[in-house]
Amino acid sequence: MDALIAPLLNGSAQGALLLLAALGLSLTFGQMGVINMAHGEFLMLGAFAAYLVQQVVTATDLSIPVALPVAFVVAGLFGLLLEITVIQWMYRRPLDTLLVTVGVSLVLQQAALQIFPSQGVPVEKPGWLDGQLTVLGYGWPLRQLFTILLATVCVAALSAWLRYTSFGRRIRATVHNRDLAETSGISTRTVDRLTFFTGSGLAGVAGVAASLIGGTNSQMGAQYIIPAFLVVAAGGIGQLKGTIIAAWAVGVALSFFAYWTTGSLAQVLAFILVIVFLQLRPQGLFTVRTRSLA
Amino acid sequence: MTKPKPWISLGGIGVFAVLLLAVAPLVLTDHWLNNVGKYCCWAIAAVGIGLAWGRGGMLVMGQGVFFALGAYSMAMHLTLESAGDRIPGFMVLYDPLAPLPMFWEPFRSAGFTLLAIVLLPVVLAGILGYALFKRRVKGAYFAILTQALAVALATLISSTIRETGGDTGLSDFKYFFGFVLNDPANKLMVYLVAAGLLVLCLLAVWQLYRSRFGELLVATRDAEERVRFLGYDPANVKLVAFVVSALMASIGGAMFVPIVGIITPAEIGAAASILMIAGVAFGGRASLFGPALGAMAVGWGQSSLGSTWPEGWTYILGLMFVVVILFLPNGLSSLPARIAAARRKPVEQPAPAPVVAELEEVRS
Repeated sequence: MDALIAPLLNGSAQGALLLLAALGLSLTFGQMGVINMAHGEFLMLGAFAAYLVQQVVTATDLSIPVALPVAFVVAGLFGLLLEITVIQWMYRRPLDTLLVTVGVSLVLQQAALQIFPSQGVPVEKPGWLDGQLTVLGYGWPLRQLFTILLATVCVAALSAWLRYTSFGRRIRATVHNRDLAETSGISTRTVDRLTFFTGSGLAGVAGVAASLIGGTNSQMGAQYIIPAFLVVAAGGIGQLKGTIIAAWAVGVALSFFAYWTTGSLAQVLAFILVIVFLQLRPQGLFTVRTRSLA
Repeated sequence: MTKPKPWISLGGIGVFAVLLLAVAPLVLTDHWLNNVGKYCCWAIAAVGIGLAWGRGGMLVMGQGVFFALGAYSMAMHLTLESAGDRIPGFMVLYDPLAPLPMFWEPFRSAGFTLLAIVLLPVVLAGILGYALFKRRVKGAYFAILTQALAVALATLISSTIRETGGDTGLSDFKYFFGFVLNDPANKLMVYLVAAGLLVLCLLAVWQLYRSRFGELLVATRDAEERVRFLGYDPANVKLVAFVVSALMASIGGAMFVPIVGIITPAEIGAAASILMIAGVAFGGRASLFGPALGAMAVGWGQSSLGSTWPEGWTYILGLMFVVVILFLPNGLSSLPARIAAARRKPVEQPAPAPVVAELEEVRS
């Protein structure tokens, strides 16, 4: 039983982390069509923000709850800056946004390497995350449960925001038909900026969660970006439920593969699994039916 | 935009060939000649990227995979050749008694190795391309998938220390198909082979670009659906370009090994694959010489600035991506034409418009 429960629970937490990393992407890539390779570096910014918050708020029990909104705003502002300076000129060339943001991610990585120690910085885990929860005889670390809770809250907040607020309505309108939205009096420029701010900010939140699980260093964004993109692609564009299921499936698959083989082989196998899956369903799990040919 | 006559480009290749094959060995020191040889290997891969991405619109972000196929095929052969009848030294280090891994065995034969360098990338790219293009996977999906493959392969090689040398890679080659690699004359020969292959690849794409296939490829890039409605299958057109580009990457990788003397996962992973793209973007993705010259320039930057001033080099590389893609989507090679266009019609034609329109993609 233990052989089944442990990878399942660990994998669910890993999936939740992937989901947090992919959530912002599913907004910017899924809704806006921008391929932001610097998303991983925004995640890194969130993790470093958590570290910096801990230098100011020394009570570790309090610092992480404070760090979450701070990381959201910091990463979001960087995203906004990127949108205003670069991305807004490139909405008609989606593939080129990929390369531009690769350049941005190189610069951000190098900057982080020079500002912070190259071996990374320690983010203290608050005391209330130290314990374990016994599930069918397996001691499940509480910080994994925290990741899942955080992901759940973020997904709920995002979908409520998209569904019930006027900004959410405007975002959906812009995605469905940009020209019609513009003619109806929606400022699509403002909508684009707000969407990008939110998407990047979510990466910052993911960064805080990642800093509690793995190391915080300049390379941490690079290891999340490809899995996160694969999750968004496998889930289907512009579909939150697809992203959720895909993230959970990839996380659990990674965990089981790692349990049976080794960590690095598990990554290879999970990648191949997603690639084969995309071969079977090129549009992802759930698709928005359109009449476009592509 | 008026196209230059194909014969002018052919003359350009001739001048380039003379510079690389005759002038460079005469004026450069051994050290620099070796460096230029290394840049040639990257340039060979870049010419292929220019074909697939610049002309075909497929952003291949995982050419490191095919570079690795060629490089590791060659490296395994050279390792076995240097080790003679014994098991390669690094394997003995990890497990003195275990036999040679099965897949190493055929690489004892020189003929098989050469065949593998050509056939492995063709078969892999063929299967992969057929699967992806027939299902109409394209754009960002294609780019991310290829990049994921490069990451996966680099991870796999890193983790199989005994079979592939892991992160330390394969090195210490003494012989190159019977020739002693330390001998300066043989080093010159290896350089000439690499430079010659680069010229051959340029000739190959020159012919492809002026053929009907080249026109179809550009048509597929710019209006895939229209090509489909005209009765062609865009998947086949893209498949051919993808396979050719994979083959070129493999050849580049194979020559990289005897010239540089070491191959590690770092040379083929995500960062290395992006570096290959950087040269192509910088030089001009859709032009004939742009990818090769851009890759050589980036290669030079990587090996000189990258080692003496690594922080600065990363910033330069990152900013170069941003500035070139933002302002010069067709790379430096489009600069003269744009200056000329701006000078001719300063008022009625704003310079960026035609270039941007050319590369525009339809948002799905």
